[in-house]
Amino acid sequence: MVSGRISRRALLGGTAAIAVSAAACSGPSTPSATPKTLSVGASLEPPTLDPTMSDAASIPQLLLYNVYETLVKMDSDGNIKPLLAERWDVSSDHLTYTFTLQQGAKFASGTAVDAAAVVAGIQRMRTSTSSTIKRQLAPIASVAAQNSSTVVVTLSQPSNEWLYSMTSTAGMIVDPASTDMATKPMGSGPFAYSSWTKGDSITLDKNTKYWGTPGRFDDVTLRYYVDPNAMTTAMLSGDLDIISSLQAPQSLSQFSDTAKYTIVEGTTTGKVTMGFNHSNAALSQLKIRQAICYAIDRKALLDTVWAGHGQLIGSHVAPTEPYYEDLSNTYPFDPAKAKALLAEAGVTNLSLRLRVPVVKYATDSATFVQSQLKDVGITVTIEQLDFARWLTEVFTNGDYDMTIVNHVEARDLVKWADPKYYWHYNNPELQALVKEADAGSADDYVQLMKQAAELLANDAAADWLFLMPNLVVTTSDVTGVGQNATSLSFDLTTIASR
Amino acid sequence: MNLGRTVAVRLLVFAASLFVASIAIFLVVNALPGDVATAILGFGADPASIAELRARLGLDRPLLVRYFSWVGGMISGDMGRSYLTNESVTALVAPRIGVTAWLVVISMLIAPLVALPLGMLAAMKRRTWQGAAASTVSQIGLSIPAFYAGILLVIVFAVGLHWLPANGYTDLVDASGRWRPVAFLQHLVLPVTSLVIVQASVLTRYVRSAFVEVLSEDYFRTARAVGWTRWRALWRHGVRNAAISVVTVIGLQLATLLVGAIVVEQVFRLPGLGTALLSAVANRDLIVVQGIVMVLVFAVLVINLLTDLSYLLIDPRLRGRDAR
Repeated sequence: MVSGRISRRALLGGTAAIAVSAAACSGPSTPSATPKTLSVGASLEPPTLDPTMSDAASIPQLLLYNVYETLVKMDSDGNIKPLLAERWDVSSDHLTYTFTLQQGAKFASGTAVDAAAVVAGIQRMRTSTSSTIKRQLAPIASVAAQNSSTVVVTLSQPSNEWLYSMTSTAGMIVDPASTDMATKPMGSGPFAYSSWTKGDSITLDKNTKYWGTPGRFDDVTLRYYVDPNAMTTAMLSGDLDIISSLQAPQSLSQFSDTAKYTIVEGTTTGKVTMGFNHSNAALSQLKIRQAICYAIDRKALLDTVWAGHGQLIGSHVAPTEPYYEDLSNTYPFDPAKAKALLAEAGVTNLSLRLRVPVVKYATDSATFVQSQLKDVGITVTIEQLDFARWLTEVFTNGDYDMTIVNHVEARDLVKWADPKYYWHYNNPELQALVKEADAGSADDYVQLMKQAAELLANDAAADWLFLMPNLVVTTSDVTGVGQNATSLSFDLTTIASR
Repeated sequence: MNLGRTVAVRLLVFAASLFVASIAIFLVVNALPGDVATAILGFGADPASIAELRARLGLDRPLLVRYFSWVGGMISGDMGRSYLTNESVTALVAPRIGVTAWLVVISMLIAPLVALPLGMLAAMKRRTWQGAAASTVSQIGLSIPAFYAGILLVIVFAVGLHWLPANGYTDLVDASGRWRPVAFLQHLVLPVTSLVIVQASVLTRYVRSAFVEVLSEDYFRTARAVGWTRWRALWRHGVRNAAISVVTVIGLQLATLLVGAIVVEQVFRLPGLGTALLSAVANRDLIVVQGIVMVLVFAVLVINLLTDLSYLLIDPRLRGRDAR
């Protein structure tokens, strides 16, 4: 007991000494204040920081809007807002976009974000290895600098999706001086990349040359936790200011003390999708897909798997996307109907392989789905694969019957129009709708995409299990965390602390 | 002369083991299902971009060519470059070795300090409740996996009492060159404790049986007969004799400790070799996986070599055996 007390005092004394020495060191630059820091817990460490190579959501989570800026930005209501472009004009044929750049915008290196730099930035993204960015920027025919503050982008066909893509990773404007995007990101945002301790954390420093409203922290550290419970304990023991996305919703009750913690709950654009392989003979039949959708009680699944947080959606659209409507009741839970449909289809002893990546929402959902499909006479064999193997075998080689994965990107319904995508869903009617929507006016776009979403829902193209909630926990002195995550960015620009 | 030849033979065996290990590691790692190009591209993968990236990373070359370019590089001290970030594997792995080494070395130093008194007590008082209690404690310590002990320690000392950080790591000297000994130790207390619990328990059992043996030796009885107390006799004669078998066990335990450290690094999120290995496997950054496994194999082989050589020094009878 005595030794315990002594060691405690020694340890506390040590912490105080470090705090004092840190304050002393910061003396010369900011005489009166200690450096303002923010410690953010996140679940996945980026494999690389180069967004042109990797599609990992952890890259834009860290870099989008914080380090790299875009011409246009997605705000927390899902609207497109100016960022590096002060305004933009669209020609009447929807083919020419003229961007007028912010005056005085600079990269953290001090170089001006002028038209030449923006053109170079867009060109760099167009040569990405990632097929996602290549596809998003495919409508671009040419990019040119009209004068030092005007950039003209000409499209080969009208595209609503294109401008939206420019708010995301595809639109990041990289400093032309950047040569090593994998380990040294260089952008124009309010924060600049500082250091990366592999396996632990990445630190951003305040960009002292920032052209707009300066960042409110001297440095921000994103700490990565493979184990969600380790992140929870780190928050509870005071090592973190924010949990950027709670992956253990059952632990939410531990943060119920409102004097200490604030819980922000909203929506993300992550659609937890149970995909069917449409090249499978049984799953290519509508009645069987419908039977599966009727057989699963998604409300109960959400309660079991994600402690009831999140919402039911019914199609490949999140509530913050402009063409959202609630389609969650297309196939209400009705096991009797499921059995009847299976009988109509003339199938008995259906056996399916459900191959899922080893991530909590997928493995937990898989077990639930397995037991509910058993009730209607479908045998499901679950196979768990680590994510890299899942990407090769399921996503790339299409070796599966059913799978569960969270499609995190916003406005990615368009992927259903690609018959080569891993669902192998080939529906000419949907492809035509998506194409027409992309080329149409803004109103047409919303109306036609709504129809596309309905078509997917009615066709039971997949079973959209639930929409991943945005669950952010902060200490009570942190403010400004966006309620809804409308982009993949963990937007630090709005966050402040008392 | 004989000794020199024996040492040379041991060194040859060491080199051959390393070579065989390099083949085994390369084959096993490359047989892993999944592919780094697909892992990097993620949902942005399609056949064209996968092929482009594989070619850029040199993964379209035949297996044999890749093996020899890897081994050839290692001989000249170059472990290759990460497929993910193009950083040198040596630069990625080097800072990780320190973290794991601190964890292992500190645990290995503390474990005997706990095990020796506890094991001696268990041996001396083996017929009383104190001895039984000591044995029971070591049995319990042995039954608790290090990761579970780690989780319990975090709940009590970090979440409950706020005495220590729940996880993470601070270097002894931080990036700006400042010494941070207190923060360094604070972050190591809980992980070292969870490793020591298991290691000390294993050692306690060996210490106990070694001393039980000593207690029945003639020299011990003689020492008692000339009027020494049990503790004095044990201290003067017992410790030295028991030490031989205990030191052997410590050598053997180092390898298991290394494995334990890899698990404990996960629980406490220490940026050591273990966490680096798992994240490299998850991303299929195979060249980094190969590099780390090679470092671990190298460490175990060096420990074995040193143990072998130390036997030669301690026990002259062994010196001629190989040479003959």
